[in-house]
Amino acid sequence: MSDSPSKIANDTDTVDLQAEFEASNIQEVLDKLDRELIGLKPVKTRIREIAALLLVDRLRKQFALSSATPTLHMSFTGNPGTGKTTVAMRMGEILKRLGYVREGHLVTVTRDDLVGQYIGHTAPKTKEVIKKAMGGVLFIDEAYYLYKPENERDYGAEAIEILLQIMENNRDDLVVILAGYKNKMDLFFQSNPGMRSRIAHHIDFPDYQADELLAIAKLMLASQNYRFSAEAEAAFKQYLTLRMKLEHFSNARSVRNALDRARLRQANRLFGRKGKLLSKTELMTLEAEDILASRVFKEGRRDEQV
Amino acid sequence: MMTNHGNRLTQGQFSFLPDLTDAQITAQIKYALKNNWAVNVEYTDDPHPRNTYWEMFGMPMFDLKDPAGILLEINNCRKTFPNHYIRVTAFDSTRGVESPRMSYLVNRPKKEPGFGLVRQEVDGRSIRYTIHSYATDKPESERY
Repeated sequence: MSDSPSKIANDTDTVDLQAEFEASNIQEVLDKLDRELIGLKPVKTRIREIAALLLVDRLRKQFALSSATPTLHMSFTGNPGTGKTTVAMRMGEILKRLGYVREGHLVTVTRDDLVGQYIGHTAPKTKEVIKKAMGGVLFIDEAYYLYKPENERDYGAEAIEILLQIMENNRDDLVVILAGYKNKMDLFFQSNPGMRSRIAHHIDFPDYQADELLAIAKLMLASQNYRFSAEAEAAFKQYLTLRMKLEHFSNARSVRNALDRARLRQANRLFGRKGKLLSKTELMTLEAEDILASRVFKEGRRDEQV
Repeated sequence: MMTNHGNRLTQGQFSFLPDLTDAQITAQIKYALKNNWAVNVEYTDDPHPRNTYWEMFGMPMFDLKDPAGILLEINNCRKTFPNHYIRVTAFDSTRGVESPRMSYLVNRPKKEPGFGLVRQEVDGRSIRYTIHSYATDKPESERY
């Protein structure tokens, strides 16, 4: 940590954890997390624990009680649309506030950005990505594609090897977050035990409940200056219960898509009333009919299907 | 050259100072990155002042946020060429070309033989002067 105090306290001195906590603005970060991310109980708990550990570590430094820098490499597993990427984006900012990383930027990569196409191409490519991520967070989405067991000449293994080396030697410089679907990630870790042991935090993102999804929908609408009418809210709640039973339900992502379609219908509805003047409220409000026009209600099928 | 004890090469910034420490190098790189300059690492064993273009060690590094990545590359270069001159250059692209804004040595050979003055007689009694690095008498990669 960069801002460690230079003066060493006496053994009999005491330090004020509360004061340090208030000075670090961590509560503000945690509050923001609570406000803007619905649900995700295990995720928030783990972030709180990490925050506490880093804070206590800072206090211990005042007594010159040194301990190794904690590893903060993480693995996010969960179904589609459970907020893995969103949390990763926040992670950079949180870790910067906690003084664990210096810059706090997020570099998002997939297999394409790490693995090369011919011999000798992979190592420079991976290293370039790692150099860009230094001082921040390297987010590897769908990390299991790095390892392809069916092809033993695949260059993915080389990328994993370089990653492992950097994760071990440059712990102070960057935090690596792997993300992917649960069962595929489990398989990936089984075949790469070195990777599993170097990642201290395995966080599982649970599926959302219907009421959580509704709260998410409202947040999404508010950020785009839209809102539900009272009937529309009831209709959307009904839509969610029906949609959750259908196949390919991807949590918050499905909600976002449903809202985008509702916006389309709203625009079409407003367009249909030619000649009439529109108020600001009308431009902002999604009505029940915009939701109820969905095929989920009429035919019990997904809207995406053709 | 009595003005330069120990024949230390004086090219680029800070070259009259003692060698920069890693912390000082990091601070300089941080300044370059703050100005959105791309940084690259170059090496040579022909330190003649007119030898402008040194060999690049890897590609120039664009879009970096933190000096740690560049320091990693400097240390790689030092490991590969422990007895070469290594310099770090920062390039500014605001004028449409990548023009060097900073350039300083981060590694030098253990023994620097320095430069000799060469006199060439031309046109009657005229003399032309040039300098010549003693190291370059030997073939490439055997110089230091």
